[in-house]
Amino acid sequence: MNTEAVVMDQRKRIHPSKFMLWVAIGSIIMMFAGLTSAYVVKRSLPGWATFEMPALFWYSTAVLVLSSITMQLGLQAFRQRERSKYRLIMGITTLLGLLFVTLQWNGFNQLWASGITFAGAGAGQFLYIIAGLHAFHVIGGMVALIIMFLRALSKKRRNYDVVPVEVMATYWHFVDLLWVYLMVFFLLMQ
Amino acid sequence: MSNEATLHGHSEVTTTHDVHHDEHHGHHHKETFITKYVFSQDHKMIAKQFLITGIIWAIIGGLFSVLFRLQLGYPDQSFPILEDILGKWAAGGKIQPEFYYALVTMHGTVLVFFVLTAGLSGTFANFLIPLQVGARDMASPFMNMLSYWFFFIASMVMISSLFVQTGPASGGWTSYPPLSALGDASEGSKVGMDLWLVSMALFVVSSLLGGLNYVSTILNMRTKGMSMTRMPLTVWALFFTAVLGILSFPVLFSGFILLLFDRHAGTSFYLSDIFLASTQKALPNEGGSAILYQHLFWFLGHPEVYIILLPAMGMVSEILSTNARKPIFGYMAMIASMFAICVLAFLVWAHHMFVTGLNPFLGSFFVLLTLLIAVPSAIKVFNWLTTIWRGNLRFTPAMLFSLGFVSMFISGGLTGIFVGNSTLDIHLHDTYFVIAHFHIVMGVASFFGMFAGVYHWFPKMYGRYLNNTLAYIHFWITLVGAYLIFWPMHYQGLAGVPRRYLDFSGWASFNQFDGLNRFISIVSIIVFATQLLFVFNFFYSIFKGRRVTTQNPWGSATLEWTTPIRPGHGNWDGEIPEVHRWAYDYGKDGREFISQTEPVGANESKH
Repeated sequence: MNTEAVVMDQRKRIHPSKFMLWVAIGSIIMMFAGLTSAYVVKRSLPGWATFEMPALFWYSTAVLVLSSITMQLGLQAFRQRERSKYRLIMGITTLLGLLFVTLQWNGFNQLWASGITFAGAGAGQFLYIIAGLHAFHVIGGMVALIIMFLRALSKKRRNYDVVPVEVMATYWHFVDLLWVYLMVFFLLMQ
Repeated sequence: MSNEATLHGHSEVTTTHDVHHDEHHGHHHKETFITKYVFSQDHKMIAKQFLITGIIWAIIGGLFSVLFRLQLGYPDQSFPILEDILGKWAAGGKIQPEFYYALVTMHGTVLVFFVLTAGLSGTFANFLIPLQVGARDMASPFMNMLSYWFFFIASMVMISSLFVQTGPASGGWTSYPPLSALGDASEGSKVGMDLWLVSMALFVVSSLLGGLNYVSTILNMRTKGMSMTRMPLTVWALFFTAVLGILSFPVLFSGFILLLFDRHAGTSFYLSDIFLASTQKALPNEGGSAILYQHLFWFLGHPEVYIILLPAMGMVSEILSTNARKPIFGYMAMIASMFAICVLAFLVWAHHMFVTGLNPFLGSFFVLLTLLIAVPSAIKVFNWLTTIWRGNLRFTPAMLFSLGFVSMFISGGLTGIFVGNSTLDIHLHDTYFVIAHFHIVMGVASFFGMFAGVYHWFPKMYGRYLNNTLAYIHFWITLVGAYLIFWPMHYQGLAGVPRRYLDFSGWASFNQFDGLNRFISIVSIIVFATQLLFVFNFFYSIFKGRRVTTQNPWGSATLEWTTPIRPGHGNWDGEIPEVHRWAYDYGKDGREFISQTEPVGANESKH
């Protein structure tokens, strides 16, 4: 039994896939809320150490925000059925995602080189874990993006169903916003 | 869509085929053994998979308790047979201390998570939600299948931890650091602990995949006419359960990630100023806080109690109403109280931490919030009692277990008022009083709810009945046995007997309980054997039970009884029925029951 058919069968509300994504987003938020609350609790304890935010994280933030914009353009292109434009923009978005993860990785390396390692339990150690988990969520999104990109290349099957693209876009904007929030959190709560 | 329902080739085949064919459902036309029984996407089959896996886990988890009760009842005797089976863990026929801790830990983990979370809400959410809201399947059957298989892998990892040389995790089901964070601290903190964490992480994924589906199915896939306030209380309960899980399991996951880093990467989130006796070394970790883990753990840990209890509450409401032939009393109050429980569940976690050095001022708030839970709980109990009040009771096994649930919930709930007090907790914490409290109110009560559910819906699951005689034996021995096991523990706890101790023989003040301990152990062995009787009944009846011959054997108003006796994938053969009324029209206008699918008549009285 597949989702589309079931939906046709029944009264149509918000599409179940979209709804499920929103609930999943709630769940992901709770995970990061757990970690950031731990951070806040830990901050008031003795032995708290802070760090200098490497400049690379600013660049990576800019890249992720940019990728959110391209994602939105891609969604528009899909809605207007401009397939080649859609493919191009989705490709660019995926590459921007990759660039983001690479920048994060380099940022970690820079931080590590500056003496912030896993030893201890200060802001730096939390950053590795929180930003690392966030990066995994971006990578998960990229895998989905690549699958959609490959699907869009297929000549045999033309798919005009906008729902998967919308779900993808919502998720991508979410990880983007999440990162912006985390960045602000790290800057304010040092 | 009706073609789906005809796949199993039973007699109610319809020939109408829907025009909305698309390329996706080719695989439904041919079902092999693998797609029907193993990698099934049918919610009913997935429910059965959860149930049977849960039963196997319950046997394992129950057996653990028999083993450690053997030790507690007979600390001075040896049982050579244990050495034959368990080897070094029972050297000389006596349970070794390390193994005792492993047994206690695994008993808790297995029963709380693998049986009463996955086995209970996994089974009944999967089985009942689509059937009772009028959907052909879950919102995403594929994710639903993944949910089971993540649970299965988690189970395999947990099972495998029983066989590693250093033994399974043994730091208690809560796995508090520093014990759980330091491999050198104990045998059970070595690879067993890693496997425990991996297994639990997989379990969290399984719960989330399941929970997402339950919420989205309930909110989006209800049949025509099935407004939220026409849903059976089972569905409401399962809805709140899923919401609790979705919001609390990720936090546990965060806590586990930090713990994993402390174990293997050298961070000090939970560790500070430790000198390890076993290695005679001071550890470099500084600035960590073990209390932090407790906050993260109990932020899940307390909602988890309601994740276990709410499905049982929902099913009991449904079964009591059906078998009392009376509408449920206070339907909206039931929903409101479940909602209140759901909200309060997130605000009381620190009552597990009253004696950890929590600020007493803060503690008083948590006492207040904790005691507030008594209000919705009392409303629910009142409503159950008024539902059966002057009802035309039918004492089916399911009904008996539901009544048993209410009894257990009252007994265990009352002691909650004791342990919810931070002042009383100074004396009662970590004693057998706590053990008695949570086993009765959460463990036994939820088991009763689960048994009630199995007895009630077994005919829908397998098209056969369970044997009634065995069921009655099962019920009475379990009810009496559960009270005999846990009631005396209150007295032990008040006298100060601490939990998690292997042997009290060196402790003169507790020698008075030697006989009582033996008594408890004997009863728990009898009760365990009775559960095996249920297991026998369950598997025997799947194949040889009396066949169900009517569509609606209990005369129930809900939608699942409008499906064929053995529904195929898709549940209803033709159209999904439309719903015209709430789920509890029993004994109305002189009629025994009115199905939800029946339109409201012109002369019908309003409820």
